[in-house]
Amino acid sequence: MPSVTFRVFRGDKNGGELKDYTVQVEEGMVVLDAIHQIQAEQAPDLACRWNCKAGKCGSCGAEVNGKPTLMCMTRLDTIDTSKPVVVRPMKTFPVIRDLATDVKWNYEANKKIKPFTPAPNTDWIMMQEDVDRVQEFRKCIECFLCQNVCHVLREHEEKTGFIGPRLLVRTASLEMHPLDVENRLEMLKNEGGIGYCNITKCCTEVCPEHIHITDNAIIPLKERVVDEYYDPILSFFRRLFGSKKRLEAAGSAADD
Amino acid sequence: MESYTTHDYDVLVIGAGGAGLRAAIAAIEKGAKVGVVTKSLLGKAHTVMAEGGMAAALGNVRPEDNWKVHFRDTLKGGGMLNNWKMVMNYTKEAPERVRELERWGAVFDRTPDGRINQRNFGGHSYPRLAHVGDRTGLELIRTLQDHAVKLGIHAHMETTIYRLLTDAGRVVGALGFNRQTGEFLVFRTKAVVLATGGLGRIYQITSNSWECTGDGFALASLVGADLIDMEFIQFHPTGMVWPPSVMGILVTEGVRGEGGVLLNNQGKRFMFDNVPERYRGEFAESEEEAERWLKGDRNARRPPELLTRDVVARAIRREVAEGRGSPHGGVFLDIASRRPADYIKKKLPSMYHQFMKLGNLDITKEPMEVGPTCHYVMGGVRVDPDTQATNVPGLYAAGEVAGGLHGANRLGGNSLSDLIVFGNRAGAAAAEYAAQQTGSFQIDEAQVRAYIAEALAPFHNPQGENPFALMKELRSSMQKNAGIMREESELKAQLEILASLKKRAWNTSVSGGRAYNPGWHTALDIRLMVEIAEAVVLAALARKESRGGHARLDYPDPDPNFARINHVIRRASDGSLTVVAEPLPEMPEELRKIAEAKDLKELSEKVGA
Ligand SMILES: Cc1cc2nc3c(=O)[nH]c(=O)nc-3n(C[C@H](O)[C@H](O)[C@H](O)COP(=O)(O)OP(=O)(O)OC[C@H]3O[C@@H](n4cnc5c(N)ncnc54)[C@H](O)[C@@H]3O)c2cc1C
Ligand code: SF4
Ligand code: SF4
Ligand code: FES
Repeated sequence: MPSVTFRVFRGDKNGGELKDYTVQVEEGMVVLDAIHQIQAEQAPDLACRWNCKAGKCGSCGAEVNGKPTLMCMTRLDTIDTSKPVVVRPMKTFPVIRDLATDVKWNYEANKKIKPFTPAPNTDWIMMQEDVDRVQEFRKCIECFLCQNVCHVLREHEEKTGFIGPRLLVRTASLEMHPLDVENRLEMLKNEGGIGYCNITKCCTEVCPEHIHITDNAIIPLKERVVDEYYDPILSFFRRLFGSKKRLEAAGSAADD
Repeated sequence: MESYTTHDYDVLVIGAGGAGLRAAIAAIEKGAKVGVVTKSLLGKAHTVMAEGGMAAALGNVRPEDNWKVHFRDTLKGGGMLNNWKMVMNYTKEAPERVRELERWGAVFDRTPDGRINQRNFGGHSYPRLAHVGDRTGLELIRTLQDHAVKLGIHAHMETTIYRLLTDAGRVVGALGFNRQTGEFLVFRTKAVVLATGGLGRIYQITSNSWECTGDGFALASLVGADLIDMEFIQFHPTGMVWPPSVMGILVTEGVRGEGGVLLNNQGKRFMFDNVPERYRGEFAESEEEAERWLKGDRNARRPPELLTRDVVARAIRREVAEGRGSPHGGVFLDIASRRPADYIKKKLPSMYHQFMKLGNLDITKEPMEVGPTCHYVMGGVRVDPDTQATNVPGLYAAGEVAGGLHGANRLGGNSLSDLIVFGNRAGAAAAEYAAQQTGSFQIDEAQVRAYIAEALAPFHNPQGENPFALMKELRSSMQKNAGIMREESELKAQLEILASLKKRAWNTSVSGGRAYNPGWHTALDIRLMVEIAEAVVLAALARKESRGGHARLDYPDPDPNFARINHVIRRASDGSLTVVAEPLPEMPEELRKIAEAKDLKELSEKVGA
């Protein structure tokens, strides 16, 4: 069995350091297995967050050799193990301890988004093609890796004024729901801060669920905000001719 | 002295999986002040992993389906040991609870006419599972989470309950600690709903997340609540077997529901030879008939791959034991040769993803290798079928931690709808109970201090054992001695191992601080895990027959003497566990006719289902 060195961040919000641990690796191992082995045999107090170990819960996000990823879905044979593998917590959120970060901000910011509000007296008939897009957004496992890489959040300690890609995806899932009648455009423009996104697409690149965050969620939302605030006539016609939602939800993916 | 903070609620819900969130919603709607505690972050509880779907006789795909057919299927799958009244409440209410999710924002896959689509699953007579691809649990938990947030839910995330607190025989609170900081919290409450999920982690090979350490069973039992049917553990037939680090991760039954077949190393569909007597005549008898079924021929019967999980898991185990297994000790599950690649990716996206990423295998091109994995516990805290109240006043239980609905074996898809039906009932009943409580509630301060001291003991015990090593011993011994096939000598040996582990669990050592310290968390988990493992082994010893999820090598057949009893696991006043055999509650004649109908034809003719 080959041995691999893992260089893991140990510390808390006051700082810390990288520590080396040697792990015997087996075929098929993922980064999270290595962390668990370190816990069981060398550092029982090494903190990391995980639940499912199957890429389904979005708990185990970290930065492996600088790349934001789910530790449970990153096989060791897909990274360079000839050099020490550096494992750090997500940078955008305050460290609780070691690899576990405080992501509570996301839960707070989420409250700015008005909840699902169905049309009264609907028959709940929805065609598959009308919900495909919404289902894409609802695949989100809230790993917050997109929030972690987005420079707007990463570089601003307070993170006020921008809800970040994850919550833009959530807003899109509601706005494009064929039966939702709420209007979230004002929130997007103001507290949501959609204008801060300059479409770098870093978020889309890291999404483990392969959600087309920018092309399918953010850009269409930006267009709606523009229509609403800068092209009231177009916006008026959209409202007049059937659901604003149905139109867009049915549109084809830009980067499928 | 250790300080702690105190929080007051009418109803404290322990657990934020499907059952806990649904209970919280129901209690809030009844006007109760509700607190929710969860070991992980909101939206990440084990429920998030559920894949295939939730069963409810909506009749959207086959209008012939209704609660009576679902009732019969569930009892039949459960070896008739289910609590009939729970099954009735469940099958009648499930459709409404599912439709309610849609009204709260869930977006299920659609039928061609735009309604909630339903898929086939083992043991269900008709396509019955509402689903979203193979990520139904995520849809369920996110919908409930969003709705609970809308109602202003108060959640204590990453907080573990260490013990329930009682006053004069009633549950009046709970002691817990914040995992992030290691600080203690006391919850003063009028009622508690336990929704702590399952116990898969007491086995080595399991599909369950780390949270499923069986805390709730032990918390309840330690304050005197009865457990029921703890011998019945479901080993799901299809877990991943390779590579070693992913062993046990679930491969959804949806693969077979979508047409996937099981093959041994000779390429034979061995399930045709494994149809038990009680299912004779209900399954296809040739590959040709199974093929017609897949193409939608309504006169053809379902393929035997869709037999109940206990049957399929044991058939796989036999193929492997008799040398017809796959290279890594499983059998083959093939969907690649049955469905086009695009269809597979659309219907089973996370399976595709999971094998691609973790196993380096393209399931649209090659067969998977699969084998049994510990998946679900049918037994649990014994509850009233209408209110989910336990025998301890103020304590309610719902979801996987509650027993009775599934009997000896659970049908796939019957858990997710169980969560919402009984989560709702438990939350409502707990809120009503809380509203009636007027007397003052006493938290025993000295008791709290004593619990805190014992919880912190591993920090001051440098010579103690490594909790991770103990955990490993517990899990591998349970796997070996109380796993999918059991026999008396091994079960007895396991009792001895557990007696020793029980002592050692109180002599662990942990290093580091209290903030987010997994070593410490493990040291505390193990204390509850040994309790619950013991309940499983005792019940398994007592049932000298094979039925559903409980299979004995020394008693390989069902025994009519055991056909009419449940095992109740009760704590004696000296703290030891005893097993009491109790006769099944009497089923009314009307329902008996439904349950015992020979086939679907008789069911519709005789009872109009
Ligand atoms: C991979 C997989 C796929 C599945 N697929 C399906 C499916 O398709 N259909 C189906 O019907 N069923 C399925 N099941 C079964 C189903 O998912 C579970 O039975 C169900 O989700 C259990 O839900 P629950 O609400 O009872 O508990 P859980 O979702 O397990 O939640 C338990 C909660 O209790 C909390 N908790 C536990 N102990 C404590 C404590 N001491 N202190 C504080 N909080 C605590 C946890 O943190 C968590 O929040 C599947 C199971 C697995 C493993
Ligand atoms: S595309 Fe927008 S949201 Fe995404 S990372 Fe770039 S700036 Fe952030
Ligand atoms: S959108 Fe993708 S990257 Fe962002 S939180 Fe959701 S799953 Fe993670
Ligand atoms: S542990 Fe759940 S996504 Fe990694």
